[in-house]
Amino acid sequence: MGLVKRILAFLDDRTGLGTFIGGLAAHPVPNGGRAWWWYVFGSATLFIFIIQVTTGIALATAYIPATGDAYKSIDFITNQAPLGNLLRGIHNYGASAMVVLIGVHALQVFLFGSYKFPREVNWLSGSVLLLLTLAMAFTGQLLRWDQTAFWSIIVAASQAGRAPLIGPQLAQFLLGGDTVGGATLSRFYAFHVFFIPALIFGVIGLHLYMVLHAGVSEPPQIGRPVDPKTYRQWYHDLLKREGVPFWPDAAWRDALFGVAVIVVVVILAWVVGPPVLGKPPDPTILQADPRPDWYFLWYFAVLALLPPGVEDYVIIGGPLALGLMLFLLPLANRGERHPARRPWAIGIAIAIVLLVATLSVAGQISAWSPNFTAPALSAQVIGSSDPHLVRGAGLFHTKGCQDCHTIAGAGGQRGPDLTEVGSRRTREQLITRILNGGTNMPAYGTSMTPQDLSDLVDFLQSRQQAGSQSGR
Amino acid sequence: MADAPTDPEVPAAPSAAEKGTPEYTRRQFLGLLSAGVGALGAVLVAIPFVSFLLAPLLKQPEQVWRAVGASSTFKIGETVEVAFQDPSPLPYAGVSAQTAAWLRRESETTFRAFAVNCTHLGCPVQWLPDGKLFLCPCHGGVYYEDGQVAAGPPPHPLPQYEVRVNAAGQVEIRTQRVPIA
Repeated sequence: MGLVKRILAFLDDRTGLGTFIGGLAAHPVPNGGRAWWWYVFGSATLFIFIIQVTTGIALATAYIPATGDAYKSIDFITNQAPLGNLLRGIHNYGASAMVVLIGVHALQVFLFGSYKFPREVNWLSGSVLLLLTLAMAFTGQLLRWDQTAFWSIIVAASQAGRAPLIGPQLAQFLLGGDTVGGATLSRFYAFHVFFIPALIFGVIGLHLYMVLHAGVSEPPQIGRPVDPKTYRQWYHDLLKREGVPFWPDAAWRDALFGVAVIVVVVILAWVVGPPVLGKPPDPTILQADPRPDWYFLWYFAVLALLPPGVEDYVIIGGPLALGLMLFLLPLANRGERHPARRPWAIGIAIAIVLLVATLSVAGQISAWSPNFTAPALSAQVIGSSDPHLVRGAGLFHTKGCQDCHTIAGAGGQRGPDLTEVGSRRTREQLITRILNGGTNMPAYGTSMTPQDLSDLVDFLQSRQQAGSQSGR
Repeated sequence: MADAPTDPEVPAAPSAAEKGTPEYTRRQFLGLLSAGVGALGAVLVAIPFVSFLLAPLLKQPEQVWRAVGASSTFKIGETVEVAFQDPSPLPYAGVSAQTAAWLRRESETTFRAFAVNCTHLGCPVQWLPDGKLFLCPCHGGVYYEDGQVAAGPPPHPLPQYEVRVNAAGQVEIRTQRVPIA
């Protein structure tokens, strides 16, 4: 026997690991039939998690988790450390991949009814992993510790402060003090790098153990409902009859898909690169527009679109309700598994995908945010040399109207588009609105001179529909 | 479960008759001892662990007066941004140890300082001098120059800091907990 073979044989004899792992690798799994490729998402999530841990460890050798230095250390990693930019990029796109894959995996398990008997506890452990992954995504963005991260933690603490009874204490706990300071970042570093990954490792162990213990679910078949009284024996017989060894009959698809995802992540990191570092986390730079990374835009939109009266309930109750629904799902642990016999499951899955997609788009556009960067209206747009109109157009910009209203494509979308408002409103209506304000609009009665008001309304009245006459 | 193979070296599980005997109560005692000692060890470590994590809640820093400039440098009627250091910042807090505020000189002797945190969810508000409004970038919250809510989702007026002019003519602001909860 060659030397290597002899060493391996020695190790296997003393540890029994070779035989043990060999047995695991060859354990029988049901034949996937036409559904083979639906099973790759769980392992892909695991591979990406390992990528995250690996790149995270590498980044941690250069990252300084001190409020004063973190920004500079990331600047170093991005611009000076060899391959630092690539590593940051892999970690960033890997995070996006984690969120996407764990969502797809959960959706697939839900649609296949694999959470039913006897795999309910695996669904529960998976739900915990989903929540922990979202926590990692959130705390990870904070560790970039740029201006967005700084204000994001204030917003998060603000939301936590809405909790009944313990709100202010919860906020203080998150901030590590009574304001953002030296303790805040260290706290999130400890959570993101040590505490939550330790929990994830443990729960992944449990999750994988249970996949082996209860076996991978067979593809659902119409007309074959789960019956707890007979399922175990039936599954055991199925494996004996038609089972194939996991390695390599099933594993090759996991390997192929997992590596494909990794390749996409690396290509994105190479070609697009990590997010550009925003402004430094200086609390005195007040020109800020904090928003979460793309995978939380849907939640960002939910918060923005809520009627103010129900905010407290949704901010605290919403996540609780969603968590409850996740954890109570295994109560529906018997009956048909195939989605063709589970219209509610299909409806719920479609609803979730549509909600997240549309809310994400809404969050990206974020029409509710005023636009502070729109340029003043050009002479061409004003379309007149009447000094009152020109002055009025200037006031439209300097009084803040343009932050929320658009004219000829320039401005905010918080309020109605005023490009042709002169055709829609009389002079009296315009004056009333400006002086008294309206829903979501301040009253300018005390901050406008009569001349200001007259010039501004002159300008607005000149905004007519193309082809119609001036409304003066 | 099938019967475990009998190994002469491993003592068999106690039978019903055995459970009342001195042998079994000794085992019960040893089991309880192990569990109890283990619990004690866990508690010994858990107390400092939890206390350390919760320390920010237990220790409140002393609020202090911070100077933000000579009163002669502020024009009456103007609202400007000022910055001051947090009370007892950690030595490595760096740039994050500052807090900003909007300061307005209302008369020769009176000043007013507004927090920059919108009362909706804490985003920083900007001052629009011509419109005399505080504007929040996050969800369109607007406040009048006196801090009252003008529009949008904020539930409360803009919080204010205590301000005074000290004997040396310096304007001072009293630090406070970040007004978000």
